[in-house]
This record gives sequence, structure tokens and C-alpha cells, in this order.
Amino acid sequence: MKKEIILGISAYYHDSAAALLIDGDIFAAAHEERFTRKKQDPSFPINACRFVLDQAGITLDDVTAVAFYDKPYIKFERLLETYHAFAPKGLKSFNSAIPVWIKEKLFMKDMLREELAKLGGRIPKLYFPEHHLSHAASAFYPSPFEDAAIVTLDGVGEWGTLTICHGKGNKIKVLKELDFPHSIGLFYTAFTYYCGFKVNSGEYKLMGLAPYGNKHAEETKEIKRKILENMIDLREDGSFLLNMDYFDYATGLSMTNDAKWEKLFGFPRRKSESELNQHYMNMAFAIQEITEEMVLKLAETAKELTKSENIVLAGGVALNCVANGKLLRTKMFKGLWVQPASGDAGGSLGAALAVHYISFGHERTNIEKRDSMKGAYLGPEFSDRDIENVARRYDAKYKKLNDFSELCEKTAELLNNDTVIGWFQGRMEFGPRALGNRSILGDPRCPEMQKKLNLKIKYREGFRPFAPSVLEEDISTFFDIDTISPYMLLVAPVLESRRTKLPEKYEELPLYERLYFLRSDVPSITHIDFSARIQSVSRETNPKYWQLINTFKQKTGYGIVVNTSFNVRGEPIVCSPDDAYRCFMRTEMDYLVMGNYLFDKKEQPNWDKSDNWKEEFKLD
Amino acid sequence: MELLKDLWGYLKDRKKFWLLPLICVLLLIGLLIVLSSSSAIAPFIYTIF
Repeated sequence: MKKEIILGISAYYHDSAAALLIDGDIFAAAHEERFTRKKQDPSFPINACRFVLDQAGITLDDVTAVAFYDKPYIKFERLLETYHAFAPKGLKSFNSAIPVWIKEKLFMKDMLREELAKLGGRIPKLYFPEHHLSHAASAFYPSPFEDAAIVTLDGVGEWGTLTICHGKGNKIKVLKELDFPHSIGLFYTAFTYYCGFKVNSGEYKLMGLAPYGNKHAEETKEIKRKILENMIDLREDGSFLLNMDYFDYATGLSMTNDAKWEKLFGFPRRKSESELNQHYMNMAFAIQEITEEMVLKLAETAKELTKSENIVLAGGVALNCVANGKLLRTKMFKGLWVQPASGDAGGSLGAALAVHYISFGHERTNIEKRDSMKGAYLGPEFSDRDIENVARRYDAKYKKLNDFSELCEKTAELLNNDTVIGWFQGRMEFGPRALGNRSILGDPRCPEMQKKLNLKIKYREGFRPFAPSVLEEDISTFFDIDTISPYMLLVAPVLESRRTKLPEKYEELPLYERLYFLRSDVPSITHIDFSARIQSVSRETNPKYWQLINTFKQKTGYGIVVNTSFNVRGEPIVCSPDDAYRCFMRTEMDYLVMGNYLFDKKEQPNWDKSDNWKEEFKLD
Repeated sequence: MELLKDLWGYLKDRKKFWLLPLICVLLLIGLLIVLSSSSAIAPFIYTIF
């Protein structure tokens, strides 16, 4: 029987991606940015489409349907109604937005057909599931649950900014929806912007900055009070209305009304890359706390409406792993699952799943015990020959270790000696997190590791925390958590028994004094508030990575390593051996392991210093 | 033609006929903007368009 193949696409806004479903099985998925090397590339994902088709050994002729992750006309309706409602404000924004629509986006079908034609073959039928339905589908169908409450939260889709749905079997029923301009994602992003971080990529930084805020300080309490009294009307059920006098995004060309904010909070918007002072840390703390309250209230409403024992999350805000961790600890639900590609890239997968289960009405027969994401290892992989070709191109020196156990022994030994290692194995991850196939690794016990990784390897802000990869079976040895966290989407505290006693008035110390105080026996993954963004590694899902960490455990007694994505600041995570080798040579990384090949920095030929990554990749 | 058919289908489906005059006027204004400028550069710091 002919297989049913669906190509899912997200494109034209931010973070384009393609995903391929074969008879409901998630076969391949990738972000376009990984191929074009442009962070959050919004263009049509031609490279990602080529990859997913090649991975399956098929052409467009074999594809049954193409699913695009939103409905362009309804988005256009939102624009027109918004301009109509706010008129005469918004003329400048109208001037910028409408030409793009009239020239391009209104002709989305033609644009898609034109791009798809470049892949060769017959153009399949196009489907346009709604944006939040795509998110909901990406959260529910791959999850391990037959029945679940679904909460999707992001900036905005067509109209929707958050939805509560009920997933049962192969059905998704939308129960509640909150519409633009009242958006939890844009609300959080407005604070990201005011704290001097880049919109749409600095949200992680704001989340990482929040624990530096002093929760006991009067200023923090005051900021929170002012937000709740002036900016947002937060209801008991988690729904809310924003006071648009403070926000400019509906009709303007910026996120915030800076003059109003400055008058309200008493300090100006932080200039990008300028020094971070306590005002912004306290603000980050306050907004993070409010966001967590909103997520918990919404989860309670979802529980009440669906009576389900499980909850699944997707949408950009679902990447707020601190809020996810808080939700987990309430034990409100028996099961919690978060889509690892929760941002718009994951919409490509969700759109394909929505067409498979909702439009084509297939039964859900493949509910897996863990989930059906295959560990999110859905991207391209490379052969030994590819690695050798790269080595030849750069005249690189390497040692090939044929026995993988020997390679693990050697790598674990190097980690134990406080070196930093680029680890490149198997299929690339789908989603924003590196999960041990395109990762930079270090020893979490090393007191200097966080500083070294931030300043010499990643070239990013010194305050930013690092995440651990821990053997799944050892998760409770290090952290106060009783479930797995395979996608680094849950934050939990380091066990009390591992913590160091804090000095007096710790919260009043300057940022870097607090940062470099050794807080536990695994200091480089213990954030300032003793929390950690955990990835649990399973032998079943990623046997190679598991074996490496287990070998490290045999040597040191610690089944845990530091794992950060294999890239420098502003660069998409490396995809190919070429990307990996170049990133290795541009930074102060000590070793690179690709497949069974070990590259020692000391033995490599001189790297052209004019090859400046800072010019190639804009700071995020 | 497909665009007009799709737009009509959308208005019918969403019961948003009141938008029709608005769409016409805004499209006309938009068209003027397009004609008076050389390129349609995607604007904005957050791509909600």
C-alpha cells in the first residue's frame, strides 16, 4: 500500500523548519537556520525540505500533502482589524506591513508552490492548519498520553496568543482562546526588550537573569506591584488583559512605550550590551514570577475544563523551563510533557500531525511509553567519509579510535582534566536545545568551568548559566526531581545535601561575586538560586552519549557533565562536520570529537585569525 | 483569480463580510504604497506581521 507522507512547513516569520511524517511516524525534521547558518532564518526552508526528503529517499512526487503551519488570511484579518481598531495610530507600521502582504504574503499559496517547485516533482495538495492548532498537535500527538489537557502559549499566531485544548485519542478540541494583542509571549518579550536583550532570542537570557534579582528587596516587590496594577489585569482563570498604553507592538515598530515605562519604574530601558545593574535583575525576577503565576493559573483552568490527569505544552513560552519546573512541582497533573521544538519551528511538525490525525482522521496507534519524538534526534547525520573530507580540507590532524568504548575512556579522561570538548555524534537535534549530539561538554565539578565556557568558548554574557546532562538513573542523586527531563525543559533544584552554605547577605553581593561563589559540588551547573535546567540521558534514546557520561561516572563517581550547545554567540547550532571544525578552531575549545575521530587543538594547523565569527554572526 | 476566490471563501467561512469594504480601501491604500516604493522590506523587531 502506498505510504502516506506529509511534509510540514513553518516559514516567513521566524525560525523556519520542515518536518516529514511517514504514515504518522515522525521521520525527520530540521531548522532551516542550521543549513543557511543564519540564526532564526525566516525564509522558505528549502534546505530543510531537501534534507527531510533525501533522508527518506523520496521526491515531492511521493508526498501526499504539504501542511503549512498557519492560516495567512486570518492573520491578514488580524492586521486589518488591529489597524482599524487603533486608527489613526499605527500608520507607520501599516506602511511597513501592508506592502509585504500585498506583494507576497497574500499570495502564500503561489509562493509555497513556487518554492516547492524548486524541489522538483508534482506539487501536492496544500493544507493550512491554524497556528495554535499546529502547536497543540505538536504537543499532544507525540506525547505519551492518550488523554491530556493542552496549553499552547506564544507571541501570536493568527489571532490566538494562547489556547487551552483537550486532546483525546486522535481529536483535539479547542476550549478557550485568548486573542491578540493580549499575549503572554509578547508581554514577556516586552520585558526582554526593556532589559536590553534582543527580541525573540533574548528571552532565555531574561529567564537566566531572573534569579539574580533580590526577591526580598523592596524594589522587586514594587516592580511586581506596579506591573500588576498598571500593565496587566490578571484574572483567576489565568486569562488577562494588557493595558496597551504601555505596549507599542500592536501598531508601532517597537515593543514598549519607553517613556511610560520609565515614568512607572523609575529607570530607563537598558541599552544593549551595557552593564547590567540590579534594577534589571529585579525586574527580570518580578516578570518571571508573574509569568509563572500565569502559567500555573492557566494549568489549573485547563485541569478544571478537561479533568485530565496529564498536561502537554507547546508554543514559545513553553520553553520557559523554570515555569515548567514549577508546574511539575505542584503535582497538579500526573503527567507533564513539553514539545522539545516548542517554538515556531515545531509548528512544521505540528501542522503535519494535524493534517494526519485531524484532516485525514487516522487513529492514534503509536503512543510510545516515553514519546514519539525519538529523542528529538531528527536532523541530518554524517558519515566517516564526510568527517575525513573536512579533515582533508583543513589539513586537520586527528586520531581515529575504532573502538567507541576506547573513545569514551579517552574523552572522559579529558573531561576529568578540565578540558572543554566539542561532541558531535549522529543525528542533529530538532528544537533549540543541543541534547548530546551537537554539544560542548565540560566537567561540572570544575569551579572555573562556567567562566571558561561563557567567556572563552561561547563568548557570551558571564552571568548565563549552564545546564547539566545527567544519567537518567542518577537524576535524583543530584536534583530534587522524581521524573525524567529528556529535553532540558524542566528546571529543578540541586539537592540540599550537595549545596554549600551561603555567606551572610549573599543576595546583596555584587553580581560576579555571587556568580563565582561555589554553590555546590557541581558548581558550574548550579545556578545562582541552586536550580539547574536538567537533561536526563537515557541509554535507550542516546546510547553513545549515555555511554560517555557513564564512563565519566566510572572515573569520577559523577554521572553528570556540563552540556551547552555547539555554537558561539549568535551562531546557529553546528550542523555539519565543517561547521563543527570551524567553530572548534574559532574558539578556545580544547578537543573535538566527531564520530570516532578525536581532534586535539594543539595539533591543528594555524587558523586564519581574520576568520572572525563576530563578523559572520550577529550577536543575539 | 485564485486569490479572489480564496478571499471570498474566507469571508464566507468567517462571516466577516463587514471587512470587505475595509479590505478594498486598505488594499487600495496599500497598493499605492507598493507602487510608490521600490521594495517590500519586512519591518519590525518582532515579526507579528
